[in-house]
This record gives sequence, structure tokens and C-alpha cells, in this order.
Amino acid sequence: MKLSKKWLQVYVPVSASDKEFADVMTLTGSKVECFETEGADLRNIVVGRLLSMERHPDSDHLWVCQVDVGSETLQIVTGAQNLKVGDVVPVALDDSVVAGGKEIRRGKLRGVESCGMLCSLGELGLTAHDFPYAVEDGIFVLGDDCDRTLGLDIRTAIGLDDVVTEFEITPNRPDCLSVIGLAREAAASFKLPFSVPVPQVKSGEGDVRDLLRVNILDRENCFRYAGAVVKNVRVKPSPRWMRERLRASGVRPINNIVDITNYVMLEFGQPMHAFDLRFLEGGTVNVRRARAGESITTLDGAERALDETMLVIADEKKPVAVAGVMGGEYSGIMDDTTEIVFESACFRGTSVRLTAKKLGMRTESSGRFEKGLDPKGCRRSLDRALELVQLLDAGDVVNGVVDCDCTTDDVTTVPFKPDWTNEFIGIHVSPEEQIRILEALEFEVRDGLVYVPSFRADVVHPADVAEEVARFFGFENIESRPFTSTTAGKLTPTQKLVNLASESLLASGLSEIQTYSFISPKYFDKICLPADSPLRRVVTIRNPLGEDTSVMRTITVPSMLETLARNYNNRCPGAYLFEMATVYIPVEGRELPNELPKIALGMYGDCDFFTLKGAVEALLLKAGVRDVDVEPVGDLPFLHPGRAAKLLVGGKELGFLGEVHPDVQENYGIGQRAYVAELDFGTFEQVSDLTRVYKALPRFPASTRDLAFVCTREIPVLRMEREITAAVGRILESIALFDVYEGEQIPQGMKSVAFNLTLRSPERTLTDDEADTAVKRAIAALEKLGIHLRS
Amino acid sequence: MKAQLENLRKSAAERIASAKGKADLEAMRVAYLGKKGELTAILKQMGKLSAEERPVMGQLANEARAYIEGLIAEYAQAFKEKEKQERLLAETIDVTMPGDMPRRGHKHPLTIVLDEVKEIFIGMGFQIASGPEVELDYYNFEALNIPEGHPARDTQDTFYITDKVLLRTQTSPMQIRYMEQHQPPIRILAPGRVYRSDAADATHSPLFHQIEGLVVDKGVTMGDLKACLETLAKGLFGEQTRIRLRPHHFPFTEPSCEVDVSCFRCGGKGCSMCKDEGWIEILGGGMVHPQVLRNGGIDPDEYSGFAFGIGLERIAMFRFHIDDLRLFYENDMRFLSQF
Repeated sequence: MKLSKKWLQVYVPVSASDKEFADVMTLTGSKVECFETEGADLRNIVVGRLLSMERHPDSDHLWVCQVDVGSETLQIVTGAQNLKVGDVVPVALDDSVVAGGKEIRRGKLRGVESCGMLCSLGELGLTAHDFPYAVEDGIFVLGDDCDRTLGLDIRTAIGLDDVVTEFEITPNRPDCLSVIGLAREAAASFKLPFSVPVPQVKSGEGDVRDLLRVNILDRENCFRYAGAVVKNVRVKPSPRWMRERLRASGVRPINNIVDITNYVMLEFGQPMHAFDLRFLEGGTVNVRRARAGESITTLDGAERALDETMLVIADEKKPVAVAGVMGGEYSGIMDDTTEIVFESACFRGTSVRLTAKKLGMRTESSGRFEKGLDPKGCRRSLDRALELVQLLDAGDVVNGVVDCDCTTDDVTTVPFKPDWTNEFIGIHVSPEEQIRILEALEFEVRDGLVYVPSFRADVVHPADVAEEVARFFGFENIESRPFTSTTAGKLTPTQKLVNLASESLLASGLSEIQTYSFISPKYFDKICLPADSPLRRVVTIRNPLGEDTSVMRTITVPSMLETLARNYNNRCPGAYLFEMATVYIPVEGRELPNELPKIALGMYGDCDFFTLKGAVEALLLKAGVRDVDVEPVGDLPFLHPGRAAKLLVGGKELGFLGEVHPDVQENYGIGQRAYVAELDFGTFEQVSDLTRVYKALPRFPASTRDLAFVCTREIPVLRMEREITAAVGRILESIALFDVYEGEQIPQGMKSVAFNLTLRSPERTLTDDEADTAVKRAIAALEKLGIHLRS
Repeated sequence: MKAQLENLRKSAAERIASAKGKADLEAMRVAYLGKKGELTAILKQMGKLSAEERPVMGQLANEARAYIEGLIAEYAQAFKEKEKQERLLAETIDVTMPGDMPRRGHKHPLTIVLDEVKEIFIGMGFQIASGPEVELDYYNFEALNIPEGHPARDTQDTFYITDKVLLRTQTSPMQIRYMEQHQPPIRILAPGRVYRSDAADATHSPLFHQIEGLVVDKGVTMGDLKACLETLAKGLFGEQTRIRLRPHHFPFTEPSCEVDVSCFRCGGKGCSMCKDEGWIEILGGGMVHPQVLRNGGIDPDEYSGFAFGIGLERIAMFRFHIDDLRLFYENDMRFLSQF
């Protein structure tokens, strides 16, 4: 909402500086986005009069003019052809700036000195809408609506000196989308007197009831409809003050009738419409729902199909306007219009909003209606329009108005509880001061009740009243009160485990990423999921931005691969990533899906399967997850069938990890081997164990033994490890794989696997015999599996 | 014999002084003091001496031995020192060469800032809560005073799953969910992902993070809200930071406010970061609307509360001078590795 300072001053004589005005209004709740002075970019342009004009000696289109600028007479060369001696024009002096920042200096034009420039409207930053009498492609000749004092700053002379303040108005305050509404707030903010002006319409001729009938046929969606008629309309430009205020408000002046409707809308916040009475068949306005199959060509020339949910203004035969949204093409004001109907109505906000949305046309009018306007304001706005018609001599007002008012006179009341307000906000404001604040905003306080003005539909509860008091007491004056009571602030064990997992992965050199929770259903194909995979059962967004973000992910792999691919395409030599991600699994018979937290890992670059596995193992170790079974798997279609594993703990599936299948790698355009893993956080949490019990440091020396075995390739190392562990028993302190070898000296299809065993007893020094016996047990156990000690 | 010892001392001193290294010294030790050495040879003559002379000569001989041993040790120490110095010199490395850094993981900038915010609030006795992202219309809108047809629904363009299920547009549904499950005193922070159907550009994202705060107790006032947010602002942007509450409107708080912090670059004088305002908006909040308390099963006549919502991305952008929201979700290593 743009507010003209000149307009505001008509109602409230605010004397604050523009900055101070902006600050104070912002702190009382009318947020100022910015403010600017019109014509601020112009410099050194004054009013001058042409004393003489002579042809330039060396040009057939240039004129050499002597111009009186009050203090002196200047010679100025111009190419304009619309001037005559005596014309009063804008003169850009030497060292001046015109609109757009162009600097003007004294100089010579074809050998003749020119001490400045005569300006067009465009060079003042204006258009013919601002001064309709000006010649579009010539110098602006000031009319008698300007101050033609020679030497006067042009901005003052033509009224290009308003200050425009732009407000951000919250949707609960449609009343502030008006000069009157902001004037009320300004008056309350600066403690200045204010009262809403009451329009005075002089009596005219005839009786409106002979010309206009109004029927509200849908009382649910139209609360009030007031209409009046003006005859002998004299369409012409509006006076300068009106054009100026419209311009400052960001509305282009058109003609007096259209300008009046816009002016009243800006002033009182009430959208107005003017119909040409000629096209209103039967002189009848029916406010009704559109009928199936009806359509209307709106003012913007588009034909629009209507449906039965939409409210229209119709005459006896056809819709002439979409209620609160836009008029029909014949409803506008034309050059030969003689009789018009002014409409000032109140429609249900929801109805206007839905209609505007369906038709895809949000207008200034619909934007206001959908926030809910005050039906009590209809009549006053209509009177204001008629008053302006008389003031501007734009036509002859027919006596009376047709006012169909379906509203009651009920006034909202809220208990006046000044003590509660003080306690609730944390302030000490006397009841008298609270009443003063409320009355400045046109609330009435009597008999323990606050009577809410009709334009403040947002106030229904004591908390709303408390807010009004707090706003004008000043939020900045509320005293801070640090917590005195205590509550235990802490992370839950789950939250701590998330942090621990994250720290472990970071320490393993993985960087954290954040990816979208929604993906494309096509990504399931991209990771080669079979058509019947349960992971394809997804939560689908009904109105997605695009297919790429249309379903909620059920697996983290696609997001991770996208990220790896993006980095690969950016020529990043390697990426090592993890995400604390959520997947969304639909549940039959329930409205909301299961949202399951996952730990996603992914990498390419200077790494292999065991780099990834190492990061996972470090994580599991840190979280105290013990006895993890690793099963090679070939049924995860996005993973390399020979390089993929599932992790299980106590039969519970913890997750999977592996090398990305070459097909999938190709689908994502990753030109290197890549690795991904996904762990279920819920399971991870169940099997994690953060308790730690100190084990005494060993007091006796350890014996170490290195053992190398030869076995078939297929036998997993983990299995051998477990066999040895079981066979050696409790004196086995640790077992570590140190070599796996295939090749020379080892038969085809076999491998050599070497372990380093550390044996120790907590009670005494082990004898060589004891150690050897234990090792023999291990060898014997492996022998049973066909695994032989390497000779 | 005395003269012999005297000569021995002299010649030993000369020869030891001319030694070239540890090997020479060892050879001399053997030559003078060894079993077949010169001193031993001289001592063999002891038997010929009288009983009176023997102890005198014995002492002289011992003195000569100690003298030579001392000399050898002295020179040996000097050689060792020299050797060490030579080794140290030879071992000189170019200390300006880069260190061998292990691969480092980088925390996502959003997590860095979120962790800071959490820490500040935990210090004020808050707990961290979370709730579903796929949410019921009821919790996201209705229970927060945003009924069907409310204009606020338009300003939060919503992704719908069904008529009743949507992707939450704000973390505020957590207010209701938490109040339904807990009785006051309530002091929670609920960070999480929220969704709006805005195409991604430098300042919009269909997915972003909010941090919801909720405090409900007896006698909670706007003064409490103010103090709480002051602590946040100072914690995030420094002790000198001031805050400003501006009246605003949210359907689920009354009174509502937007909260600015004094510009952390210019301190409030006005600069390009704060668009010459001296203030930067960082969050919205207010007193929990009595109806919202009621919807959460809490009696507004007995309890009051405040709530606020912080845009995490916005804070992180200010913190790290990031000018494009999309960077957070592109996860370019060149971006991530800066944190």
C-alpha cells in the first residue's frame, strides 16, 4: 500500500520527518517497506517563460529561444515544434539532472550557445496520464493547474513533490489498505486528533428508484449492495490534485469517473465499480450465482467461462461483472457514456477469493474483498463518490441511493480487562490510558465492554484488545524478563545418538549433505528397482512443482546418487558424503506415512568398497554396536551383485552397503566407481550400546601368533574369524586379518588368508605350550571346514 | 718408573689430542690402558719396587690411568656432540611444505547454525522436539486458527497429498502436537523441514527449515518472549546485538510480532546488508493465541505462552554471507568444504 503524504496530511497533520514517520508507524504495526520523494532524481529544473523564438541560423528545425527564468534571461536552443512565445515551460538549467539521471550542461548546438534545455513530460519522469493536456512528443507547456511563478522549482510548480511511503499491510488489516485507515493509525501513533470525514451529497434531480433496481439473490455471498446513478456524465480529465494523489498511490489517472472509483477505493478501501446504465438491461442489478454455461467477456477483453460457484452482477439477461473481481467489457466508461451506476458492495471474501483463483485473475478489487471488507463502509464510500462527482462537476447526481443491506447492526464486544492485559503482556498501563489508546482507534469502552468498530473484524478476544494496547504502549517499552523458573534443557538419548553418528562420519572424512525429501518416480527406474518393488509405493504430492519433485522418497539412494553425479559433473575429483535423511513409507489404512530416519552414505574418488565399509564400521564401533553379521547379497538391483552386503544385528536388518551397479552408475552419468550405503537409524538406535565399563589393563604379557590358511575363494573371512574365535576361547584377546593373497604359489580358485592372534590371560603369563595348544584348536576347527594351514 | 709414567701421560695427551674420531680414541684406549697396553706394561714393574715405594707408585699409576681415561671420555663426548650436530644439519627439512591432513568431513552449514541455536535454547531449559513433515491439514492450519478459506492459506502455497493431508508449510503444527501430549511447563524447540510450492531460486526453495519455539506456563508474558529472543540474538550475533519487536500478524499468535536484530555488519547505522534500515528481520513470534492453547488441550485462563518461528536458511545466509538459497541443497563439494 502506497500512501501519499499530501493525502494523509488532509486528514492528519503529521509533522514528523519522513524517516521518523516511517519508524514510528513501523513500531505501531504498520510496517514501512520504504519511502521516497517524488522527483528526487530531478535537479535544477525551474519554471521559465518563452520571451522570443527565432530560427536557428544553421538548422531548419531548431529554435533559439530567450527564456525568462525569473532571475535572468537565458538563451536555449530547442528542437521542439509545439512552442510559441509566452509559453511557460520546464527549464533544465546548466548543471541540472532530468529523469533517468541524464545531466544537462551549457553547450553549443550547431554553433549557437544553449544555456540549458526545455523539458518534455518524459524528462520529468511523467506521462500524458499525469497531464492529459500535454503534447506527448513535445515540450511540456504548463497549464493553469500549475504554479507558473518564473524561477520556481518545477517539482513544486507541477506538484511532483509528494512523499510516498510504502506499507506492508498484514492480511488481518484490510482497513489499513486505505488512506483513512492509515490516517487513523497515524493519528493514534502520533497522538493527533482524527475523525473520519462524512461525505456531503447535495440534492439533485429525480429519484434513483425510477432508474435502478437491485436484488441480492445470494445473501450468503453478498452482504450489501448500494448503487447510485449519475446522469449527464461529463467525461474529462480529473483535476491535478486528484491525478497527483492517484499517481503517488501507484494508480494511473484515466478520466474523472474512473479516477473517482479508484480514488474512493484508495481513500476508504472500498472497491467501487461504475457501469454504463445503457448496457444494464432493465435498469436491474441482480447479484446471483452464474448459471451453468454462462460466460462473460471481462474488461481486459478475455472471454471467461463461469460456473455455478461464482457470484456475478447481472442485469435481467446477462452477467455484467464478476462480483468483486472485474467488470464486463460493456460495463466500462466510454466516450459517449451519459448515465452511470456506481456500485459500492460487500461480497464474502472466500467467494471472491475462490472465484478469482478459478478465473486466474487476481485484481486490486478481489485482493481487497478476499481479506473481508466492512459492509458498514459501503454507503459512506458511495456518498464519497457522489460528493466527488459534484465537486469535479463530472455529472448530475440523481437523488437517493438504492441500498440493499443484509447485515445486522450487531456490534462485536469484548470484555474490557485492563489488569488481564497488563499481566498477559507484562506491562503496567493504567485503565485510563488503555481506554485512551482504544478510543483513538475508534473502539468504544463502556460498562466493562469494548465495542469493536465494524472495520476491525480481526478483534474478537481480550488478547486482540491487549495487542492494541501493547502496540501503542510500544513493544519496545515492554520490559524483558529472563526466565526465573527452571526446566531441564537437554537432548534426548536419540538426539545424542544422532549427534554421535554425525560426529563419527565427519571424523571418517565424510561431509554432511541436505537433499530434497521429494524425488521423481522415474528415479526408481534410474536405480533399476523392479516394477513390483514395495519401495515404489509412495506418498504422492497432488500438486507438485514438477515431476522431479512429485513423490516423497522411500529410499535415500537416488538423492545420494544425484549429489554424487552433480559433483562428478562439476569435475570434483572425489566426494565422500552422508546425510541424516528421512524416508516416507505409506502405511495401509493410515492417513500419515511412517517417517523413518536413515543414515545415508555415498562416495566416489579415492576410495573403494572397504573405505565405505570402514566408515560404517567406525560408526558402529563408536555406537557400541556389536556382533554385526555381514551377508553378501545379490538382490539389491542398484548395487554390484558381487560387491554388496547387508548388515544384520541379532537378526535385525540394519542396512546395506555396496558398490553402485555399473548400469545405475551409467544412468547417473558417474564416470567412476561409486559406493552407497543406507542404515536404518531406528534399528541402529536399538542395537547401539553406549554404556562403557572399564576393563583392567593387562598385567601379564601377551603371546602373538601369525597363522596363514589356504581355502577356497568363497569362504568369507568373517566365518574363519568366528571359527578361530570360538576355538581359541577366552584367552583370545584379539584377532586381526593382515593378508589375503591369491596368485602364484596358491592353487587356482584358492586364497591365502593370514591372521594375527593376540593371546593373553588376565591371571598369569601364558606358557608357550598353552598358546600352541590354543592355536592347534583353531587349526583343527578350520580343518573341519576344509581350510588348511598354509605350509 | 715415575719418569715412565710422566712420559706416558705426556705422549697420551698428545696422541689423544690428534685423534680423528671415535675409532682412533678406542685404539688409543687399548694402546694405553688395555691388557697389553703401555700402562699395564709399566705396572708389571711394580713387583720390583720396595714396600715403601709400592703404594706411592700405585697411586701415581692410578692417577695416570684416571687422567688418560678422562681425556678419552672428554674427546669422545666432543666427537658425539659433533656427530649429533652433523646429523641434525643433514636432517633439515623444508618446513614450508604442506602438512599431511587426514580427509576431513564438513558439517552442513545449516547443521552448524542449527546446533548453535539448539545449544542456546538448551541453555535456557528447552528440550528439542520433532514431528511429522507429512501432516494433517488440521494441525498445519485448522488448529492454528487458519480455517478453510483463510487468506493465510494462499500466502503459504501448500503441497497437498490428499484433501486432508499435506506437507507441513510451517513447524507450528508441533505446537499443537506437543501440547496434546504434554502439560505445562512446556519449553521446547522444534526444528524441521517445511515445504511450500515455490520454485527454487536465489531466495525461494520448495523445502526449507524452520525452528519452532514454544513456551507455556503460568504467567508467561511478552517480557519473557523478549528476554528469550534477546538471548538468542546475542548468542547468534554477539553480545552487542539488540533486538526490536514490531507488531505483526500471525493467525496463531496474539499479539504477534516480527523480530529484527540490529544489523550485525554496521551495528545499526545502516549499510547494504540491512538495506540502510539498521535492522534485519530474523523471525516471527508472539503470545500463543488462547484458542490455540485450547486446541492443544491447555486452559488459556490458567496458562499463557509464547511461540516463535525462525527461518534457519535465512540465519545461515546472514551468518556465512551466502547469497543463494539453492546452494544449501545442491551439496557441491566446493561449497560444503568451506565450512
